Amino acid sequence: MSSESYFLPNGRVLRYSYHERMIHWMAGLSYVYLLLTGLSFWSPWLFWIAVVLGGGTISRELHSWVGLIFVLATWLMFRMWSSQMKETPADKAWWNAIGHYIRNEDAQVPTADRFNPGQKLLFWGFFWCGIILLVTGMVLWFPNYIPWQLNFLKLICVILHPIAALVTIALFMIHVYMGTAMERGAFGSVIRGDVSRAWMEHHHRTWYEHILKSSSARK
Amino acid sequence: MPSAAMEIRAISGHAGSVPGAGVSRDYDVCKLIDVTTCIGCKACEVACLEWNGYSFSETVFNNSYQTMPETAWNYWNLIKFNEYEQADGRMMLLMRKDQCMHCEEPGCLEACPADGAIVQYANGIVDFQQEHCIGCGYCMSGCPFNIPKFSSEARKVFKCTLCVDRVSAGLEPACIKSCPTGCLHFGSKDDMKFLAEKRAKQLRDVSGFKDAGVYDPSGVGGTHVMYVLHDASQPELYGGLPKDPHIPWTVQLWKHPLKWIGNFGIIAGAIGIFAHYLRFGPKIVKEDEKEKSNQGGKQ
Repeated sequence: MSSESYFLPNGRVLRYSYHERMIHWMAGLSYVYLLLTGLSFWSPWLFWIAVVLGGGTISRELHSWVGLIFVLATWLMFRMWSSQMKETPADKAWWNAIGHYIRNEDAQVPTADRFNPGQKLLFWGFFWCGIILLVTGMVLWFPNYIPWQLNFLKLICVILHPIAALVTIALFMIHVYMGTAMERGAFGSVIRGDVSRAWMEHHHRTWYEHILKSSSARK
Repeated sequence: MPSAAMEIRAISGHAGSVPGAGVSRDYDVCKLIDVTTCIGCKACEVACLEWNGYSFSETVFNNSYQTMPETAWNYWNLIKFNEYEQADGRMMLLMRKDQCMHCEEPGCLEACPADGAIVQYANGIVDFQQEHCIGCGYCMSGCPFNIPKFSSEARKVFKCTLCVDRVSAGLEPACIKSCPTGCLHFGSKDDMKFLAEKRAKQLRDVSGFKDAGVYDPSGVGGTHVMYVLHDASQPELYGGLPKDPHIPWTVQLWKHPLKWIGNFGIIAGAIGIFAHYLRFGPKIVKEDEKEKSNQGGKQ
């Protein structure tokens, strides 16, 4: 994407390209299905979710296949964003100011690049948990192919799968809250792709100045 | 098998106390397998197939008399053979009828997430209800005896039912009926325990098996299938019978502490998020002034 194309008519700025939004929702929608069916197997009090979604057998079967879609989306995200998600020395100052960020005292928070360190944590948390969920999920998918001598593998996976899932649930809850209720404009950015210049300046000033500079350099 | 409701409370025209009052009325059932009198004839394997309607599976020859390496989804009863050389060099052919142990604390039931897929009856029988089974195979992880088996065709898990259909009609399980040596016994847990201890004592005192004993592992709360073994100190010799079986600790960790930590975390997290919104509200970017200054500036 050339730097020119970041600037849209009416003072709007492109935050996420069509490609990025598509992959985000591929991961997002598959994750929601995995979350709902997974929760139905997690607690008997939530088994009704599996019933609503077509029955326990269907939910168990599709949980595995949709898991593959989620893994594919996570891999595409990794290819697309990992370079922008790298930890930088500036991140430490941002984390030190996390209290200000939480209290919406944004003027006292160091400016963020394309992704702020919190978003980086979300990304890497989902990436590593995704790997754990994939590996343990594959074992749990085919319990009949694990010989009794390797039963310990199943026993490890039985505990690691829900632990990794709980970590993603924590990340997911914060992500959804921040992306919808807390950061106004963020949800639109991942649906339509654009945000206002003021939004860019407020939330991702470092990145905004970077694209401003590169666009003026081209002119 | 008489149910508790059929226990006699009073009888007519009888002097003195009610005979048998307070005595176990076979409310909890038990199968006793005396491996010391098993001859490995496999009649129980055939009876099991016949009663449960499965055809004979292909056998796997592995330099032993054993029909196949382990039980299968459609082969619930398997005699395990072990040619064992004793310390003094004498050979022993150890044979053990392997099937579901019907644990008092069943690991399969503990691990199962599907509503009503595994039931434990008051008489101790643990039975799978395939119409409620979702085929996740978690029961296979919960079982310390390698008993539940997944059918790729049916996408469900199957195992020995202790012939619950026969037992509830007052009959003994099919395997018991077929045994020609009488090494299989069926009755109340108390009666079987009494019989088993008596036989073990006989083996110790008369037959020279000083380590003979009863296998009724306490790690799973006892089982409704018990063994009399020549050497109860080494149950592993009998086709890998676990010495101290228990529900795997990862399954227990998952089903108890992790579940409560997880539930607490999710609910506390949701409350925390809601509280945050009430206290601090959204991050609103003041659009108007910024928009104006921006429009004056670039482009």
